[in-house]
Amino acid sequence: MEVYLDNNATTVVDPKVYEEMKPFFCDIYGNPNSLHKFGSGTHPKMVEALNFLYAGINAADEDDVIITANATESNNTVIKGIWIDKILNGDKKHIITSEVEHPAITATCKFLESQGVAVTYLPVNEDGVLEASLVRDFIKEDTALVTIMWANNETGKIFPIKEIGAICKEFGVPFHTDATQAIGKVTVDVQDCNVDYLSFSAHKFHGPKGVGGLYIRKGFGLTPLLHGGEQMGGLRAGTVDVASMVGMGWAMKLATSTMAIAYEKNHVSKLRDKLENAILELPETVVIGGKDNRTPNTTLISFRGVEGESMLWDLNQNGIGASTGSACASEDLEANPVMNAFGSDSELAHTGVRFSLSRFNTEEQIDYAINVIKNAVTRLRGISSSYAYTPSCHKSSL
Amino acid sequence: MAKNSLISGSIWDEYSNQVVNRMNNPKHQGEITEERAAELGAKLIVADFGAESCGDAVRLYWAVNEETDVILESKFKSFGCGTAIASSDVMAELCIGKKVDEAVKITNIDVEFALRDNANTPAVPPQKMHCSVMAYDVIKKAAAEYKGVDMESFETEVIVCECARVSLGTIREVIRINDLTTVEQITDYTKAGAFCKSCIRPGGHEEKDIYLVDILADVRAEMAEEKMKSAADASAAGTLSFEKMTLVQRIKAIDSVLDSDIRPMLVMDGGNMEIIDIKENLPHFDLYIRYLGSCSGCSSGSSGTLYAIESVLQQKIDENIRVLPI
Repeated sequence: MEVYLDNNATTVVDPKVYEEMKPFFCDIYGNPNSLHKFGSGTHPKMVEALNFLYAGINAADEDDVIITANATESNNTVIKGIWIDKILNGDKKHIITSEVEHPAITATCKFLESQGVAVTYLPVNEDGVLEASLVRDFIKEDTALVTIMWANNETGKIFPIKEIGAICKEFGVPFHTDATQAIGKVTVDVQDCNVDYLSFSAHKFHGPKGVGGLYIRKGFGLTPLLHGGEQMGGLRAGTVDVASMVGMGWAMKLATSTMAIAYEKNHVSKLRDKLENAILELPETVVIGGKDNRTPNTTLISFRGVEGESMLWDLNQNGIGASTGSACASEDLEANPVMNAFGSDSELAHTGVRFSLSRFNTEEQIDYAINVIKNAVTRLRGISSSYAYTPSCHKSSL
Repeated sequence: MAKNSLISGSIWDEYSNQVVNRMNNPKHQGEITEERAAELGAKLIVADFGAESCGDAVRLYWAVNEETDVILESKFKSFGCGTAIASSDVMAELCIGKKVDEAVKITNIDVEFALRDNANTPAVPPQKMHCSVMAYDVIKKAAAEYKGVDMESFETEVIVCECARVSLGTIREVIRINDLTTVEQITDYTKAGAFCKSCIRPGGHEEKDIYLVDILADVRAEMAEEKMKSAADASAAGTLSFEKMTLVQRIKAIDSVLDSDIRPMLVMDGGNMEIIDIKENLPHFDLYIRYLGSCSGCSSGSSGTLYAIESVLQQKIDENIRVLPI
């Protein structure tokens, strides 16, 4: 059996989304900017997609939701746009973010630091959550932007976006949130949360890869990252990938309807909880960051004595895809900032495995996964030095 | 390399079949108890290396015949990724039947080589090489325990890149001999830094005592200093050509000729001269001078005196010197 439990990395495209995209490759292929009917023929479905995108995050008609290539581009557009407009050409000097953002935020902020911008990286508490009061403590007169993720990709922990938005509004500082891991899992409402910029990515909610979006509140326009044609009202040049835009629109509609959110809350979380509770029956397992206030699909579990990548190996041998942020597994051997930021038991820093579900997972799959996981833990703990016999003649230095 | 590096490949796909098989079914995984060691009439040695908090930990068990120093049985336990477990398995296997002194000579490179399916294809991708280093370290730890000596005593040289086992001495030597100026060149020449990259500069996977960037900077500074010193020595001995002199040496050389051959004559007439600048205008060296005292304004300054100065300098220092009064 093959079971995909890495939906925070990417998701399967919903068949309905795929159906809606199909006509835009060989049939309705005009350039939306052309005057002729080949071009204008693309417009009805693009308008429909925009309607779905606006509705999905409750954007007002006078706001902008621009189509980008991915959430990374959306994040770069905001941070570098703020840098150009408010710091290089303004009197601001400072950006606030958190220690556990996606590299699309962290690496961009590090780059700005190299250019002389002051950046504050707020820590998370032991539950892996950023406390809104910290933003109040560090926000200053010369703060140009606060950028805090809506939900964490590793733990699924949901951050107090509404409170942070209120603080930013009080101080008159623009507020950006990377909602990549939140769309389709929890209700995302830019009006309710005082969000000025919001990034998202279609492939995290059963849309295609290579397309994302950026919400920009009215009056918060920025110098574009990409200069060129007049597409997207001049905010993002480049011929729009119509098929992807239509796909993202439909994916948004399917993922953010009241029913879809309820399904996440009631069904996906039930499967996640079943998996999690079965794993927690094993001794010395723990949910990193605890169970409260998470996206319904995610659990990050530490198996004492089992190195994360070796766990992924055994899962993969049995057709299960999951993920770990542990250093060994990533190409560049970087340690996982999230595991480090929690400051949890350092012995556990390399033992975290993330399971992230979607509405396409079935109970049968979860039952199978539970069985495989239990066997893998038994096998790997059998090999593990931390469960090894220590003879009386030996003083363990482990 | 560029095209191949655009899409990050799955590191698991680059594992040899041996790595895969040994990860799935390690043959030498397990423990040796005191009872088992007694049964074999052997001494039980247990050595730990690494720590779970660092991502890798291995424990090695040996049963050693104390009369012959031969390792009769060898088992391991490991907290680590697939490469770490497979490396530990081969490492334990390579120890069996060897004398302790022979086992100490097993390196991580031997371990990696033993994991290859064929001699020409690495068993693991570069960034996984460091996972085999621990297998090598734990052997030394076990041997040190058996012999009752310090683990460091087995290391005769400072190893900078543990993945490729390149010593400080080797790196310093290639920088000198080949006049290397970049870390990339060091990696090309020695393979140091080609694997886990931790030894290149601070901030990598593992913290090091010494990094390639520092070694390069140190050796380059030494080389620059030596070059200056040898130039100064040659200059003092009068064997250095004008072309190879530094600006300061050139000024000194010219000044000394002026002092001995020119200025006394000028001073007798109530004048003098000073050096303003020396510019390379290859193949010529243009010496800019200014006349002082009664020499300034003297018509001979642009004819007879000038030719005299120029010819003395050309004769005594370099034939390409031209003198230009301003």
